[in-house]
Amino acid sequence: MHELSLCDDLLGQVVAIAAQHKAESVESITVKIGALAGVEPMLLESAFSLIKVGTVAEQAQFIMQTAPVIVRCRKCDSQSEVAANYLLCSACQSNDTTLISGDELILASVALCV
Amino acid sequence: MCNTCGCNITPGNRSLVMAEKPKKGVTTVSVLQNLLSQNNHQAEHNRSHFDEHKVLVINLMSSPGSGKTALLEATIKRLRESLKIAVIEGDLETENDTKRIQAQGVPAYQITTGTACHLDAHLVHNALHHLALEGLDLLFIENVGNLVCPASFDLGHHRNVVLLSVTEGDDKPAKYPVMFRAADLMLISKTDLLPFLDDFSSQKAEQNLHNLANDAPVIEFSSKDGKGMDIWITWLQAEIDQYQALLLNQQTQHPKVQQDGELLHVQPGNTKFYPVSHKAVHTS
Repeated sequence: MHELSLCDDLLGQVVAIAAQHKAESVESITVKIGALAGVEPMLLESAFSLIKVGTVAEQAQFIMQTAPVIVRCRKCDSQSEVAANYLLCSACQSNDTTLISGDELILASVALCV
Repeated sequence: MCNTCGCNITPGNRSLVMAEKPKKGVTTVSVLQNLLSQNNHQAEHNRSHFDEHKVLVINLMSSPGSGKTALLEATIKRLRESLKIAVIEGDLETENDTKRIQAQGVPAYQITTGTACHLDAHLVHNALHHLALEGLDLLFIENVGNLVCPASFDLGHHRNVVLLSVTEGDDKPAKYPVMFRAADLMLISKTDLLPFLDDFSSQKAEQNLHNLANDAPVIEFSSKDGKGMDIWITWLQAEIDQYQALLLNQQTQHPKVQQDGELLHVQPGNTKFYPVSHKAVHTS
């Protein structure tokens, strides 16, 4: 369970952004997580609720966007939304694909009360 | 369905829910920064440190008990006359593995993580203060036995080797896609046990790996009877040569890691999109 250590990084980024904008508090934090990021979003949220106490983000709402798993085929150039453990092209069944969505682990945006 | 975890947001209402509602006194700042940025920064630092010393670093990952230490013992025995090797061991408790490696006559340093289920770039950096890199050709990092968390952390190494022992089942790549997608090489270990198992197929394991769009080579290996040892040593030697050639061109080697979906997201022109209609999770 490494969600708590990720939260440390997350909180550090949020606090830095709040200070940079001289915000009084953080209203919400939006993170984007893909199924192939290796992180359980619910655990990340509960870890964040522990770690935010006593910081400028104490009242912040945690908003999660999940990213679909999408591959692009190098053979036929199609894009398909697929299951996380089956990254083949849905059109031609090739496994020569690139993942273009689904491994995100990103702080997307922060809403600040200024 | 609830209003706290996001499960009430569907593709249909997402744009409405997620739309920015202008509100007095609230500014939204777009960030788009990876949550592993601290770790990744440290990892790049480690990698330049390794590159300065021209030492190829291999991250060994697998579930507990699939034969990482036995693989290292057999490899060191075979290579210790020709290459300078060292090992960093990651375990929750005990220095047993370090003692086994030191008994082979090579330097080893133990990171005891306590309760942490993976190594990260900071832990490896600390270990480097206790392990001299001068003159080394090859450094193995034996990660904590775990098929989940270690895959998410770049340590500054150059290659990921993932072990799958035959007693674990051939469907592991399908069950742990994050880990096996990161493999630069999959080693099927303990193949000497295959005669006693009627439900493990190396072909199926390989197929499950390829279903993750990963064309990494697969080597069947047994540290008991030495099967596959020559192929493994050939792979290692080729990796060392390739790495040294990259260094000569001022480049380095990166393991297969996550790229945050290339992303956020350029919608290319002439592509057809296949929405998920059969999204039942693939089982095999």
